[in-house]
Amino acid sequence: MTDQRRPLFACRNLRVAIEDKQIVKGADLEIYAGQKHALMGPNGSGKSTLAAALMGHPAYQVEGEILLEGKPIQELPAHERARLGMFLGFQYPVAVPGVSVANFLRAAVSARRGEAVPIKEFRRELFAGFEALRIDRSFAGRYLNDGFSGGEKKRLEILQMLLLKPSFALLDETDSGLDIDALKVVSEGVNLAAGPHNATLLVTHYQRILDYVKPDVVHVFMDGRIVRSGGPELAVELEARGYDWLDEATAIEANETDTAAVAAADTAAKG
Amino acid sequence: MKSDQIDNLNAEYQQKYGFADPEDYVHKAPKGVNHEVVEMISRYKQEPDWMREFRHQAFDVFERKPMPRWGNNELLDSIDFDDIHYYIRPTDRQATDWEDVPDNIKQTFEKLGIPEAEQKFLAGVTAQYESEVVYHSIREDIEQLGVIFTDMDSGLREHPEIVRKYWGTVIPPDDNKFAALNSAVWSGGSFIYVPPHTKVEIPLQAYFRINAENMGQFERTLIICDEGSEVHYIEGCTAPVYSTNSLHSAVVELIALEGAHIRYTTIQNWSNNIFNLVTKRAHAHRDAVIEWVDGNIGSKLTMKYPAVYLLGERAHGEVLSIAYAGSGQHQDAGAKMIHAAPNTTSRIVSKSISKGEGRTSYRGLVKITKGSTGCKTNVECDALLIGSRSRSDTFPTMEIAEKDVRVEHEARVSKLADEQLFYLQSRGIDPDQARLMIVNGFIEPFVRELPMEYAVELNRLIELEMEGSVG
Repeated sequence: MTDQRRPLFACRNLRVAIEDKQIVKGADLEIYAGQKHALMGPNGSGKSTLAAALMGHPAYQVEGEILLEGKPIQELPAHERARLGMFLGFQYPVAVPGVSVANFLRAAVSARRGEAVPIKEFRRELFAGFEALRIDRSFAGRYLNDGFSGGEKKRLEILQMLLLKPSFALLDETDSGLDIDALKVVSEGVNLAAGPHNATLLVTHYQRILDYVKPDVVHVFMDGRIVRSGGPELAVELEARGYDWLDEATAIEANETDTAAVAAADTAAKG
Repeated sequence: MKSDQIDNLNAEYQQKYGFADPEDYVHKAPKGVNHEVVEMISRYKQEPDWMREFRHQAFDVFERKPMPRWGNNELLDSIDFDDIHYYIRPTDRQATDWEDVPDNIKQTFEKLGIPEAEQKFLAGVTAQYESEVVYHSIREDIEQLGVIFTDMDSGLREHPEIVRKYWGTVIPPDDNKFAALNSAVWSGGSFIYVPPHTKVEIPLQAYFRINAENMGQFERTLIICDEGSEVHYIEGCTAPVYSTNSLHSAVVELIALEGAHIRYTTIQNWSNNIFNLVTKRAHAHRDAVIEWVDGNIGSKLTMKYPAVYLLGERAHGEVLSIAYAGSGQHQDAGAKMIHAAPNTTSRIVSKSISKGEGRTSYRGLVKITKGSTGCKTNVECDALLIGSRSRSDTFPTMEIAEKDVRVEHEARVSKLADEQLFYLQSRGIDPDQARLMIVNGFIEPFVRELPMEYAVELNRLIELEMEGSVG
C-alpha cells in the first residue's frame, strides 16, 4: 500500500543536541502513506529525544530537515506541527490538574480542525472513541492524566490520536508499562487509526507490541543513528539476539560520556 | 482612655467646632486620625455611648500597638497614617473624577463588559449603583424568614441588643494594630442575623446593596447564625475596584451557634495602589460549620488570614483560598485553625499564582489545644510560579498539644512547567491558550465553589491577567 511518489513523512540528516551534547547524530527516515514503521533501540539510545525533537520540543537544537507531506516543518512550533497533522503519543503523558479530559480534547480537536467543534458532535465522537478503547465514560470529567494509572494514560493517548486523526503519528514507547490486556486494546486502537492516507512510527524498546501491530519497516536506532533497517523479521531477530550483535556488526564507537549524555537527554525528554 | 477623659474631649470638641454642624467638620476634616476624629465619627453617626467608648479605647490600643513585624515590613512601613482620610460622608464621596481613573482600570472594565453606571461606581465616581430593585425583592423574601440583612450602621441603630451582645467578641480591638484601627474608625459593612433553624436558600450578596459606605476603607461585618441555621454571604466583586484611599482595613466577625453553617465568600480585586489589611475570624460552636472562600486578586499588599476557632465538639472549619500576584503585588494570605474542642475537624486549601515580579506567601497556623482529642486537620498549599522572577514562600506553623489527632500537611511549589506546555502544544493548542488552561485548571477547585456568575467573571479576569504573559 505504499505511495512511491513522495514520502508522507521524512527527515534528512537530522541532528539533535541539548546543551551542546549531540544526541541524534544524523537520522534519515522516509515513511509513506499507509505504512507503519517501528523504531527500535536499547535504552539511552536517544529514541525519545528523536521523537520529542520531531514534534518540536523547544529544548532541543535541531539541524537537518523534517518534511511533512513535502513541507519543511523544522522551523514550526509544536502546535503548528500538530495542526498540520503530526501527533506524538507520550511515553510519560503529563498531568494537567483541573483541566477535564473533555474540555482539553475539545480544545485540541477544535485547534486541529481550525474551527470550534459543536458540543453535541464532539460528545458523539468522544463516546465512540471511549467505546472503541473500552474506556469508561466517567473519564470525560476526570482531570487530564491526573491520578491516572499507567494503562489509563496510554489509552488516553490513543484516544487522542483517534480523535485528532493525525496524518503522521509518532508513538513513543506506547507499549511500556502495559499489561497484556491493555496492550491488546492499545494495539487495536493503533490499527483502527491506521489507514491508507496516514502513517505511524512506533518507537519501542520491546518487540512485544509488534505481535499486534505489524510494521512494514523496522529500524534499529543506536547511539543517535539508524544502524539498520529491514522488514518485520528484523524485529524478531532483535528479540532473539538482543542489540549487542548489532553493536559489533556496525562497530559503533560509544564512549561512556556519550552514553551518559544520551541517557540524560532521554530523561529530559520524558520530563 | 477613661470615660471622664472622653467627656472632656466632648466638651472641647463642642467648643472648638460648634456642635450644631458636625457635617461641616466632616467636610473639612483634615487627613490623619486622633481622638477628635474618632469622636466626630461616632457623633456624626449618633451612636450609643458604649460604641463611642469602644471606639476611643480601640484608638488607644491602635496607638500603643506596634506594627506587625512580618508579612512585608518595607511595604507596611510605607503606610502614612497621617495621609489618610478616616471618614468621608457618602454624599462627599463623589470626589473621584472619571478622568483621573487610571486607563488600565478603564480598559479592564471595558474588557469585562461592565456597564457604564457600574464602572463609575466601582471607580468611586458615583456613590450608588442601581441595584436597589434586585436587593429589595430579595430583602422582602428573607425578611419573612426573620432574617436581618442590613448595613452595619443601620444594624447598630435598629438591633442594638444583638449587636452589643456579639460585637468585638470574636475579634477584640487589641487583637492587632489594624483591628484596633478598624474598631476606632469603622464605617459600613454588613450585619446579618439568621434566627434558629432557618435556612437562607439564596446567597446574600453585599453587591446587591452596596453603596459607597460598603466600599469603604474600614468596613465592619458581623454575622450571627443561630442554632441549626444556614447562610451563605458573598462580598466583593471580580471587577477591579478603584480608590484613591490607599488603606483598606476591614474586620469581619462570624458566629455560628450550635449546628449552624456559615459560608463566607470574598472576591477582592482592589486596584494596585491599595493596602488591604483585613482581620477575619469565626467562632464555630458545637456541630457548627464555617467555610471561608477567599479570593485575592488585586491590591498592592494584602495581609489576610481567615481564622476559625473551633469551640464546640465536632465543629468543622474550612478555608479555601486563591491569591494572584502580578508585578508590584504581594499577596500574603493564609488561614488559621484553632482546635479548642475534641473531635473538631478542619481543612485548608490555599492556592497562589505569582506572575512577572509578583510575590505570594502562604502563612498559616493550625493549633490543637490540650484536651482536644480526636481532631483531624488537613492543610494543602499549592503555589504556581509563572516566569523566572516571580516568588512564593510558605510559612506553616503547627502547634499540636495533643497526641490522639491526625495532622496532614502538604505544600507544593511548581513552575508553570515547560513539559505541560509542550504536551498541550503537541495537541495543537497554542501557547497562550495552553498557559491559560493550566492556570484555570490550577484554580478550578476554587472556582467551582463560586456561584456561576462569579466563576465566569473570575475566569475572564484571569484570562485578561494572563494576556501576553511569557512563560
